[in-house]
Amino acid sequence: MDDLIKEFLVESNENLDRLDSELVKLETDPSSQDLLSSIFRTIHTIKGSCGFLGFSKLEKVAHVGESLLSRLRDGKLSLTPDFTSGLLAMVDAIRAMLGEIQTTEQDGKETYPDLIETLNKLQNQGLEAVPKASVEPLTPKEASKKGPGENQKEISAKSILPAPSTAQPEQSHPARPDSPAPSAAAQEETQTAKQLQEDPRTKNAAAETIRVDVHLLDRLMNLVGELVLTRNQITQFSARQSDANLVGPSQQLNLLTSELQEEVMRTRMQPISNVFDKFPRVVRDVATARGKQVLIEMEGKETELDRSLLEAIKDPLTHIVRNSVDHGIEMPDERVARGKRPEGHLKLRACHEGGQVLVEISDDGAGIDTARVKSKAIERGVITAQQATRMSEGEILNLVFLPGFSTAEKVTNLSGRGVGMDVVKTNIDRVNGTVDLQSYPGKGTTIKIKIPLTLAIVRAVIIQSSGKRFAIPQVNIQELVRVDASRIRTEIESVHGVPVYRMRGRLLPLVYLNEELKLAKQADKGVDEEEATNIVVLQANDHPFGLVVDQINDSEEIVVKPLSKQLRALKIFAGATIMGDGKVALILDVVGLAQNANIFSEASDQALAEKTAEALAGQDRSHADMQTFLLFAGPDDSRMALPLSKVARLEEFPAADVEKSGGEWVIQYRGKILPLIRLDVVLEERRTRFRHGHKAVAPDPLQVLVCNDEGRTLGIVVERILDIVDDRAEVKSPAVREGIVYAVVINDRVTELIDVPALQRIAEANRTLSTEHAEVII
Amino acid sequence: MSQSHQFCTFYLDKLMFGVELEKVQEVIRYLEITEIPLAPRVVSGLMNLRGQIITGIDLRRRLDLADRAEGADPMNVVIRSADGAVSLQVDEIGDVVEVTEESFERPPETLQGKVRDVILGIHKLDRRLLHVLNTEKACETAETVTSGGER
Repeated sequence: MDDLIKEFLVESNENLDRLDSELVKLETDPSSQDLLSSIFRTIHTIKGSCGFLGFSKLEKVAHVGESLLSRLRDGKLSLTPDFTSGLLAMVDAIRAMLGEIQTTEQDGKETYPDLIETLNKLQNQGLEAVPKASVEPLTPKEASKKGPGENQKEISAKSILPAPSTAQPEQSHPARPDSPAPSAAAQEETQTAKQLQEDPRTKNAAAETIRVDVHLLDRLMNLVGELVLTRNQITQFSARQSDANLVGPSQQLNLLTSELQEEVMRTRMQPISNVFDKFPRVVRDVATARGKQVLIEMEGKETELDRSLLEAIKDPLTHIVRNSVDHGIEMPDERVARGKRPEGHLKLRACHEGGQVLVEISDDGAGIDTARVKSKAIERGVITAQQATRMSEGEILNLVFLPGFSTAEKVTNLSGRGVGMDVVKTNIDRVNGTVDLQSYPGKGTTIKIKIPLTLAIVRAVIIQSSGKRFAIPQVNIQELVRVDASRIRTEIESVHGVPVYRMRGRLLPLVYLNEELKLAKQADKGVDEEEATNIVVLQANDHPFGLVVDQINDSEEIVVKPLSKQLRALKIFAGATIMGDGKVALILDVVGLAQNANIFSEASDQALAEKTAEALAGQDRSHADMQTFLLFAGPDDSRMALPLSKVARLEEFPAADVEKSGGEWVIQYRGKILPLIRLDVVLEERRTRFRHGHKAVAPDPLQVLVCNDEGRTLGIVVERILDIVDDRAEVKSPAVREGIVYAVVINDRVTELIDVPALQRIAEANRTLSTEHAEVII
Repeated sequence: MSQSHQFCTFYLDKLMFGVELEKVQEVIRYLEITEIPLAPRVVSGLMNLRGQIITGIDLRRRLDLADRAEGADPMNVVIRSADGAVSLQVDEIGDVVEVTEESFERPPETLQGKVRDVILGIHKLDRRLLHVLNTEKACETAETVTSGGER
């Protein structure tokens, strides 16, 4: 493409972006000659360049706009919302044509006759109705609010008329409101250009600013990434050397590289105003179309973040802003009826917080109706009615992030198209960010987005599993735990085969990395007990879990490289990196890993809640505070318990007294026949000794818990009676098999609570089975 | 005179394949490879090519041929693709050959299996047949990924 045209495109796109915000600003301050002249100049420049480059259609559109503006500037006309809408539509048309030029080098076939007519009409109509229109101008209060000291805070969009009266160019007009995005290069430059043109003090800075191709910056960033890796290699090597001739320069290299990295990263940093500045226009469009009045306030526009991230959050933020105006903020009369000011308030705030960028979007609208969300979710089959009753307000709010969820009663052309908040969440997730939604019914909604400053280089901990190295981004890591070989037995326990680690009284589910990745265990790794266990405590979507690895190495700065398309389906990896020794290592994706290991499947959460409810109901303990438990050793030395209230007596019987009756094992007890249940027979998984072919050595005498269950007396044969304890017995984990109510921590050990009626059922079903083991029992 | 094409040739299990020369970034000897757990079988792993991470595709596996003998290191034909560089792992590298369009033929209808999917056609050389590789197809992994959250 011709260099002249290229430059024209870059410049014009920049100017158009500025026009958007200036036009909206002008609406609040219609008398500002500065703004008017600047707008006029911009259009004039575009028109002039078009004529020169031979884009006649574009020139025509710009021409009508220019003549309308010249009348405004000369005070022959006063600005009304209709004018602004018309001019904004013109900006869109010009932008569409520029997009056309970008791809085809022609200004397209579209001549926009409607738009030109509308603008002409406005010009004439305005001439006739000057006195009437001039009464319209907007509240000076808002304009005066913007004092000179408040240049960060800005109140800019305001639509006073519920809807433009006759001419509605926005809707009749073929160009989409947010058609072709300006080229990346143009975006990159907007800021500099803006500073130059807006702030007279920096005017002479022009000589010190140059335009740089974004690709060049990207390439620089890549090269610096490589340099960092090489630096790491050299530092690793020189750490083992004693020659001062090497150690000195390599330390210097270390410092310089870090500095260079920082500076290059800064060249890619852009203020969030690049995105924020588009919102007054967006808000105005939506508000006007829906007949709402919305004030937008922005804070922290100068907050900087990497341009790739800026790109990534642009769409989600726009979506949230649209949503807030479209669905959040009520109609003016509705607001007045609720005792609020007729105009809604939308506040955007950005700031740095702990190495991350926090963006907050809050409105003072109706808030999210959780009842409606709930009924919608049930209607769409996202959750069942039963589940809904158990969900907390926060959980219900988070349902809006599920795919295909939109609560808008009416699907408008602006938002609520079914691709809603789930897209926002996916996009933010993709850049390792988080979205948090808070809603106060009748008061408003606040959405907080946290995103990292940059994506390219992250600090990561290198771990090893089965001889392979993996990197885990440090932000995901809560802590590192090493369990000594001597403590493994007591501290890593299992809840029905699911390994857990007791960390400060809470059960932390453990995931073995080698199992998740289906890696072969290393041959030299003998019995588990001989080695210490390394646990990396990770957090994925508020669910903590422990990742068991073989080795935890250093933390390092790594350059994240994306995986090629053949591997993108592997959610368990976030990318790859080159290590100090030149080898490639994979970066683990914590959320993907957790999903793979079913850490936060909703089903398991639900199961836990259900079991808890059942257990509590079954025991008639609505307030399960302190309970007395009988602790005993089950098969395989596992800890088990039974509420003491269920146990009538503890007895010892000589093994020889056991008799068989009707396929059931019984004993004579106080003139009655007492049926016996052996836990290791009933709880199938526990019968390791049968599986291994060992002959069970039944303890003699038998230790029996005599229980009364619904009028029936039965005996449960256990290995050993341990203790009677008082414990709060907070439910920690659901049971996955029959015969167990749930698992709790009692006296710092995982203990299973047995379910007597269920044991009885299993015993009955197993009667034939227990016959086979007759010789074992006695 | 019809147009001539240059092909970078290589061998897989005695079969001669070719990739258009302009698609080839470089040919390189064995590079240390990092295997990727749970990845499709066709993907042999990741390699560090002077700071660039490239994905290795084992062409033998892609074509359903028997695996390379233990200890026989593959050669890497690094090709440029829209999605970054990819290395096609082959047995042996051949010469660069120049062919004209006259010698080209569509693959015979009777040719079945994976080979048909990944070749565009055949050039009849003096004593051999040169299979023209469809690089796009060759980089596709037909196998579904073994992991991905659902089990």
